[in-house]
Amino acid sequence: MAARWLKAENGARLFVIGILVGIPLAILIGRWITSRDSSIEIHARIAEAGGFTPANLIAKVGEPIRLRLISDDVQHGFAIGQSDTPALDLPAGQMVETTLTFDRAGKYVFYCTRWCGLSHWRMRGTIEVTGEPAAQASAVSPLYLKLNIDVDDPHPAKNIPSRKPVAKSINNIPISFLTREYYLTHSPSDAFVETLHATSLPDDEIWNLVAFVWQANTTKEKLAQGQKLYAQNCAACHGESGKGDGVMAASLTKKDSSAQMEFGHNTKSPVDFTDSSQMLGASPALLQGKIIRGGMGTGMPYWGPIFTEEQTWALVDYLWTFQFEYVMHFRQLER
Amino acid sequence: MTRYEITPLLQPLLKNRLPQFIIQAIALGGFVFAIIAGLVGTPVGNHNFSIVFVWIGWWALLMLIAVPLFGRAWCSVCPIPLAGEWMQHGALLKPGGKGFGLNLRWHNKFRNIWLQNISFALVALFSAVVLTQPNITSIVLIAFLFVAFAASLIFERRAFCRYLCPVGGFIGLYSQVAPIEVRVKDSAVCAAHTEKSCYIGNAEGYGCPWQVYPGGLSKNTYCGTCMECLRTCPHDNVAIQIRPLGDDLLKPHGRKLDEAFKAFIMLGSAMTYSAVMLGSWGQLKAAAYAVGTSAWALYAITFLVFIFGALPASFFIATSFNRKSFINFAYALIPLGLLAWIAFSLSFVFANASYLLPAISDPFGWGWNLFGTVNFKWTPFLTQVTPTLQVAALIIGLAWSSQVAIQIGEQIKARAQGVIAFCFVITLGMLWLLVG
Repeated sequence: MAARWLKAENGARLFVIGILVGIPLAILIGRWITSRDSSIEIHARIAEAGGFTPANLIAKVGEPIRLRLISDDVQHGFAIGQSDTPALDLPAGQMVETTLTFDRAGKYVFYCTRWCGLSHWRMRGTIEVTGEPAAQASAVSPLYLKLNIDVDDPHPAKNIPSRKPVAKSINNIPISFLTREYYLTHSPSDAFVETLHATSLPDDEIWNLVAFVWQANTTKEKLAQGQKLYAQNCAACHGESGKGDGVMAASLTKKDSSAQMEFGHNTKSPVDFTDSSQMLGASPALLQGKIIRGGMGTGMPYWGPIFTEEQTWALVDYLWTFQFEYVMHFRQLER
Repeated sequence: MTRYEITPLLQPLLKNRLPQFIIQAIALGGFVFAIIAGLVGTPVGNHNFSIVFVWIGWWALLMLIAVPLFGRAWCSVCPIPLAGEWMQHGALLKPGGKGFGLNLRWHNKFRNIWLQNISFALVALFSAVVLTQPNITSIVLIAFLFVAFAASLIFERRAFCRYLCPVGGFIGLYSQVAPIEVRVKDSAVCAAHTEKSCYIGNAEGYGCPWQVYPGGLSKNTYCGTCMECLRTCPHDNVAIQIRPLGDDLLKPHGRKLDEAFKAFIMLGSAMTYSAVMLGSWGQLKAAAYAVGTSAWALYAITFLVFIFGALPASFFIATSFNRKSFINFAYALIPLGLLAWIAFSLSFVFANASYLLPAISDPFGWGWNLFGTVNFKWTPFLTQVTPTLQVAALIIGLAWSSQVAIQIGEQIKARAQGVIAFCFVITLGMLWLLVG
């Protein structure tokens, strides 16, 4: 009887011990099997909780790297800066795999594409790609640097229109206004003053002409591209309407807010793109500089490593729509 | 009242302790798995096995099926006391081993459920994070295991289950409603049986782990349905019976203040959880999550005052400031409390049940796909009928509680109108919180 009891009891004990030991062991083995391949596991958390981990990767030209991306909190995104690779969505708690192959050496920036938190823009990492061929050296430095523009200088408009200008041409547009270079290097306010001196048109018509010149330097496609980029990257602070009233704006201006603690200095309320007194005093080149370099001491992120030059100009083009009413079926001027 | 004994059908299954042990051991496996998942898996709750299986899967089974229909059935297979009992008995199955432990008697002063009331309230204070953060869930589960194990080594029998377990407390309260009971067939047989093996134990089984003398058992509250008395009774005098719903509520003896307060705690918690987790008050939700902050402290104090102060005080007024009426009528709140919890649970169980499929394939959020279901998208089920079910549950709860209040009123010769009005207000409050 005792032997029978002992046999049953020992069986039960083995069963329980098997469960207590077997389950952790099975988990360990499962983990080991799935982590044997060469893929790199990257965990994504909001910037305040660490951002991407690891954030600095190494790769070689022509050798694919396999990434296993896991968001540990909210929905994030993943994209490589200045590249055409489509962004990936990283739903919370799910693993997303991707393979990247770089054909040129250089330092690439990867970043989050979803507004995941106040410091979303800080969710960035780098991939150092070594080997041959080397990265193409930037052919030209950004226009704002070539023009030696001080991005932080105040740029009040000398004049502002009484209403939102509507792009409208006149018969004899001063030829100097029609060049791409003029558009990039002058503020609308400068253009207004120069036109004022050259013509006898009323102020409103001059502003309409300035709007026409600005419209003539973009296309519907560029505006659509700029609008998309704005919605994805700028609207959270600057607002869909451009008034600086995005969902994150309040946190940036609240004294001693987590945003201010995060940035380590006083942040400022986001720029109001509908404010003519400031916007019309800025040239496209100045706006390019602000986007590429970001706003020192304001909380405005730098987008240089993220946007291509084409994207940056498309965004600049779109920003003018907060000042000017473009007529969509416009005739594009010869460039 | 009519009762149907089902023991003959189940006796071979229940006397044999192997099926119960296997279920308990498998549940222990699930428990350990959930703890590990919570500690090392993804911190995203809806993709972590610990949150999904404990707070959606287990909770749904417990509150929608096990408690209303089978009372303390969960307690009979709960894995938490397994390790401690193993040490205490020196065996996992039949008696025969040499156990160890101090075997101290639980102090008379604490032979009530006040400690369970407090332990539930303590867990409830942190519920917003416990229910959403896998690592916190794991810590709570580990704490349960640790305290249960320690209690088994220090005290006799299942001291943790009987006096400390926060879950066991409310399961016991609501098991009075369940249509199933373990009772002796003939109390005269028990009276004549001097050995009292059901309480002392014998070679076939252990003395009641729940410290209840089965011969005197008249309510489900403290019967853990462990089936030891079925095994130890030499006269086959213990039966499992189907009975009318809520039968224990009308038994006038044994009504106590600690159990009365349990009813308020549970009712108040159902309302608070509904407000915090389902309501649209962002600040309240944020305060409940911000453990350790002054906002959370304010939330915690308000919650404690609500369940231990405001609700009982209102009920005291409703029962004409009479202590006897207060205690007796509190039992009328049990059906409404249970159905309020069912209504609350309905709001998220069906909506979130689809998380079970990805979580079983990828329990840690490591990119596994064990059963090919990892890509099953979140799909809320029965959303069209859930509000109707919730309203129906609350109305049934109100009607049932009102009926019980009237019957208790007749027993103690007191007016039940105030109690019915109290139940009506609570029902309106729950309706507003859940479907309003």
